[in-house]
Amino acid sequence: MEEARWNRFVGCWLQLGSRWIPAVSAGAHGMVEIDGMKMVQTRAILSYIAAKYNLYGKDLKERALIDMYVGGTDDLMGFILMFPFLSVEDKEKQRAFIVQKATSRYFPVYEKVLKDHGQDFLVGSNFTWADVHLLEAILMVEEKKSDVLSGFPQLQAFKARISSIPTIKKFLEPGSQRKPVPDDKYVETVRRVLRMYYDVKAN
Amino acid sequence: MSGKPKLHYFNGRGRMETIRWLLAAAGVEFEESYLEKKEDLTKLQKDGSLLFQQVPMVEMDGMKLVQTRAIANYIATKYNLCGKDLKERALIDMYVEGMFDLNELLMTYVIQPADKKEQHFANMMDKATNRYFPVFEKVLKDHGKDFLVGNQLSRADVQLLELILMAEEFKPDILAQFPLLQRFKARISNIPTIKKFLQPGSQRKPPVREEDVAKVIKIFY
Repeated sequence: MEEARWNRFVGCWLQLGSRWIPAVSAGAHGMVEIDGMKMVQTRAILSYIAAKYNLYGKDLKERALIDMYVGGTDDLMGFILMFPFLSVEDKEKQRAFIVQKATSRYFPVYEKVLKDHGQDFLVGSNFTWADVHLLEAILMVEEKKSDVLSGFPQLQAFKARISSIPTIKKFLEPGSQRKPVPDDKYVETVRRVLRMYYDVKAN
Repeated sequence: MSGKPKLHYFNGRGRMETIRWLLAAAGVEFEESYLEKKEDLTKLQKDGSLLFQQVPMVEMDGMKLVQTRAIANYIATKYNLCGKDLKERALIDMYVEGMFDLNELLMTYVIQPADKKEQHFANMMDKATNRYFPVFEKVLKDHGKDFLVGNQLSRADVQLLELILMAEEFKPDILAQFPLLQRFKARISNIPTIKKFLQPGSQRKPPVREEDVAKVIKIFY
């Protein structure tokens, strides 16, 4: 795949992750202008990009696997999306919840997928949406607990491997369009602009 | 093995209902295996049938599919309910994601604690009449065609009908300001496979009753 397109794809991709759009489903829409369309709804945007740049597998069955895996990492990242808006006390509760779900429900699944087929990527023999999404989820959970991958050797290798893909490596460097961990200013801005998320509860 | 898709869920709408609608609209016969007690769920979890230990799960084409959107995407694509190209699919996906958002609001009303119900109800009715239905009314008005996307039946039409009927259960005159949606509702309801699904005796599930909520919570929590 042509590097320029790859770069634009990956950049757009990770930018659309939870950092850039505060909430996936509460009607707080990010919008992306692409190919003459004004697209809304994160999942619709991501599906379009994935399909356009051949990151959605080679057939319907691979697509189904990708959708399932992405559904899981989506659910996991959903627990983290609301984190910045919680009270200090609830944050501790939520941190424990996130780590528990990651290590008991989600990470074991991807660890097993990689172990069972022994391939470099989650689905098929090529890089897909599922791989980027899992890397993003891993990095986000590590921000909550830095050694969370300690029981998952396959995921550690996966993380290193995907992070060293040139365009992703570039995206992970300072100065890229990747957004930092949300801080108080972010919270204040989102609340002011959207006029919501004032009273968010932990899971 | 019958070769028909087999749905694993409790005997109610929840997150499986949209799947039932899509299969029915596509004219695909399916079987259902109902979870009635907690042990039914734990059995599925223990035998490795549920990728993330959760239902809905649909056995079809040699796969045990989980994640509502993954299942719906697979069925819609397989049965040509996703438009004719990537751009039509993008439109359909945008509409459908909005519908999932509203569906979530309607679906979660019944599990709200008593002191939150009134506010939740007001919010969901407001979203339906001010955010979502106006969009689809305008889509239909602007192109003047019978279907939401590309002048042929897609999952967007099926899911919108599902949503309209569910919203009407809460407020029967909710389409009062939306003449095109009223006509859309009549038109899509008349499609033979959908008409059949809307008749008594079909696999369409009734709305969950307050009494059943406690039972469902026991299975899942």
